[in-house]
Amino acid sequence: MTERRNPEGTTGEEAMAGAIGAGSPEDIGQSTHAASDSIQQTVGAARPESGSYMFPAFDAHHPPDKDLIDDCVHCGFCLPTCPTYVLFGEEMDSPRGRIYLMNKGLTEEPMNDEMVRHWDLCLGCMACVTACPSGVQYDKLIESTRQQVERRYERRADDKVFREMIFQFFPYPNRLRAVAAPMRLYQRFGIGDKLRRAGIMQRIPARMRAMEALLPDLPKEEKIPDLTGPLGEMRRRVGVLTGCVQRVFFSPVNAATVRVLAAEGCEVVAPKQGCCGALSTHAGREEESLDFARKTIETFDDLNLDNVIVNAAGCGSTMKEYGYLLRDDPEYAERAKAFSAKVRDVSEFLQELGPVAERNPLPVTAAYHDACHLAHAQGIRRQPRQTLKQIPGMDVKEIREAEICCGSAGIYNMIEPEPAAELGERKANNILKTGAQIIVTSNPGCMLQIQSSLKKMGRDGLPMAHPVEVLDASLRGDPVETLLDK
Amino acid sequence: MDRGQLIETMQEILGPEGVIHEREQLRTYECDGLMNYRVIPDLVVLPESAEQVQQIVQTCYDEGIPFVARGSGTGLSGGALPVESGVLIVLTRMRRILEVDIPNGRVVVEPGVINIWVSQEVADEGYYYAPDPASQIVSSIGGNLAENSGGVHCLKYGFTTNHVMGAEVVLADGSVVHIGGGKAPDAPGYELLGAFVGSEGTLGIATKITLRILRKPEAVRTLLAAFKDTEEAGGAVSGIIGGGIVPAAIEMMDALTIEAVEKQVSPGFPEAGAILIVELDGPEAEVANQFDQVIKVCEENDASEIRIAEDDEERALFWKGRKAAFGAMGSISNDYYVQDGVVPRTELGAVLKKIADLSEEYDLRVANVFHAGDGNLHPLVLYDNDTPGEADKAEELAGEIVFACLEHGGSLTGEHGIGRDKMKYMPQMFTADDMDVMQLLRCAFDPHRICNPGKIFPTPRLCGERPGPFHMHPVQKAGLAENF
Repeated sequence: MTERRNPEGTTGEEAMAGAIGAGSPEDIGQSTHAASDSIQQTVGAARPESGSYMFPAFDAHHPPDKDLIDDCVHCGFCLPTCPTYVLFGEEMDSPRGRIYLMNKGLTEEPMNDEMVRHWDLCLGCMACVTACPSGVQYDKLIESTRQQVERRYERRADDKVFREMIFQFFPYPNRLRAVAAPMRLYQRFGIGDKLRRAGIMQRIPARMRAMEALLPDLPKEEKIPDLTGPLGEMRRRVGVLTGCVQRVFFSPVNAATVRVLAAEGCEVVAPKQGCCGALSTHAGREEESLDFARKTIETFDDLNLDNVIVNAAGCGSTMKEYGYLLRDDPEYAERAKAFSAKVRDVSEFLQELGPVAERNPLPVTAAYHDACHLAHAQGIRRQPRQTLKQIPGMDVKEIREAEICCGSAGIYNMIEPEPAAELGERKANNILKTGAQIIVTSNPGCMLQIQSSLKKMGRDGLPMAHPVEVLDASLRGDPVETLLDK
Repeated sequence: MDRGQLIETMQEILGPEGVIHEREQLRTYECDGLMNYRVIPDLVVLPESAEQVQQIVQTCYDEGIPFVARGSGTGLSGGALPVESGVLIVLTRMRRILEVDIPNGRVVVEPGVINIWVSQEVADEGYYYAPDPASQIVSSIGGNLAENSGGVHCLKYGFTTNHVMGAEVVLADGSVVHIGGGKAPDAPGYELLGAFVGSEGTLGIATKITLRILRKPEAVRTLLAAFKDTEEAGGAVSGIIGGGIVPAAIEMMDALTIEAVEKQVSPGFPEAGAILIVELDGPEAEVANQFDQVIKVCEENDASEIRIAEDDEERALFWKGRKAAFGAMGSISNDYYVQDGVVPRTELGAVLKKIADLSEEYDLRVANVFHAGDGNLHPLVLYDNDTPGEADKAEELAGEIVFACLEHGGSLTGEHGIGRDKMKYMPQMFTADDMDVMQLLRCAFDPHRICNPGKIFPTPRLCGERPGPFHMHPVQKAGLAENF
């Protein structure tokens, strides 16, 4: 091992901090970091290998589409926005490199540990989709590749068990809740900190440690009614997705969503519901994700809704994709397409609807963090900022390197803890540089990731909120402290 | 030294995470921005310091192993195409900005630093780095140096060579030299920096580069003018420059380019046969005065629409459309071949006409996007690799375009370099004597020809070989190699 340079404290990095203004999605590539600490995860030795070898790499069921691959002209414009390229500086861990490997898999090379490793390391943040001047649909490419990997590649036993465990818990709020209860005790008695101090934590595998570090403070779950009437004249009848992680860990976000929608003249239906399938979709678990998608469509379809509102970026992007995901299912294809057309992110919907309720001032400086599945996957950047800026007294700061993922990326921070932790710290540093009093973002995964990164850096005092929580506070006339003391 | 030993040696220098040797991983490095040529390198190494680069090159020299340096891999002439049984030295992990020296107007960077980072670094101080190739958000300074990159503003500000003050270079024999000046703007003696910049990686590897930064101009004004065809737009270009104005940039896009760009990044360009983007910068009063002149010239040349960028956002939108042009071709064609010729400004109309005729003759679409001010054409030949024979046809057509440029007193390349792609055309432009002189210079730096061999020069002359009639190399004669 060669000695790693500390990326902090270089003259370049310091000067850069002052020199670069607000990062817009076009402002790509602002890194001065030398190679990352987690690089041995990719080229080096610390990789899970199974020795599995499949030829041809892909079977006939939705291999990565050759036409979509051919759209890539290898120009490299995606490189500086790709989080793993930013960390490792190598071709195989860039979108262009991964597409190249897909093409090789289609034409001449087998699927083996190396290929799978580089696809696995992709966060699926879709920053490359934003950056690509040729309109390459990397989202579709990586999704079909991941399905092939899950179906055909034999993962090492421990890797398989760990992944399976995640999918036995996270898509099921009841199971999550069941483990959440002991977690509350665990937190209340500071067991994690004690274990850490005693050095026991260090002996637990990195992935388990990463999972433990992600546990947020568990608020008492705020239930929301099945039906909430509009304040004033009814403008829309909408359903809300309450989510899995959102429901268990961030139930106040759901409560705020319902109140805000009602205040803006919506009748809000919150039916009993399951997982939307986003986590499974992004991990390539095709059958499972399609089942979740069908059930979610069933849940909302007969409720006579104008729109289905989602407050979690990852869920919203998948639900907008149902039409594509279920394209082979004769019974559901059309329904799915119609359903997807009704799906809106809550900020997107509020801006479409236009504000009517009175906003009370909230004199506070907020840093808005773009969730990748909102900004890159759904192209929603303006609306949440607008939602915040419509509140008198709000000062919205931009975060440098806004387009680079925070490292959360669905289940990524649990299965790839090292690069995720580096990205998390990088994001947290950029957030701290804004000097904001509160972080605002639209995805529960980002919240967990940023929170745990700040905690590791000893800066866990910084409050976080979803845009609708901020708007809710403004509509209710709450003092700014209710947000800051959260 | 066999491959296994070489891997071990490199791992000793770089650690296991700095050496790529698995086949699938190597394959992602088999081409750069030009996909027409592919060679799988024996090894890819990722140094993080100048010392490591020196040790890598020293090893290659001692063992007689050829090597190629690569930055972001966005080059369009195959300059970073690996060499078989050679080492590819990838500099993307050397990306630190080492020194910012505002009072002396200089910034010192490592070669992997991305072009735009330099401007971002000094933006708050009111400075910027002038060369701005369309790839500036991704291409590296090391690569810019190798290719002597220009960009849309090179008409007024010149190429990379005009903005490099000095460089630390690892030569092919592993020695480390400094060329060019230090903090002072000039150094006596031979102007070696001029030879090194634009040498396409054949004279050594720059490990530390001192760049000149400029004060941002007081005023910048940009307009977009739509014309019926490229001829009318060309008339406006001549009118502007003939009128004594040196714009910071004049860019032209033809109808096909506009279509692709519109489809991809929707900058809202008007429908037209040709679009000009004209940018003026400098002192407020001068810019204001000349801007009115430019508008007048455009009107005189029957511009159907003139849009003036009202703010930085609109200006950025104009440029976004222009800079996305190459990549956007992917939306209207599976494959495309980028040509990069230069013609005297006065010949623009004639050459464009010739390109249109050739396009018809070959039945292949050609999109034109170019730096009109200095006659640097970028015709993009659109084709489909999956249609048998079409790739060859496209390459032939691209060649014809180059010949047309040469016939009209032009040059093979404006800024993309000769690389692997255009070396076969070199004898069309240069005499055997010219080429021999170039070879002699090269041999002075790299007598064993291990530094990016097989680029720029079409004939595999060996250093030490007496300049004279071409002799086929024995290996080639034996049919063992085509190019090396």
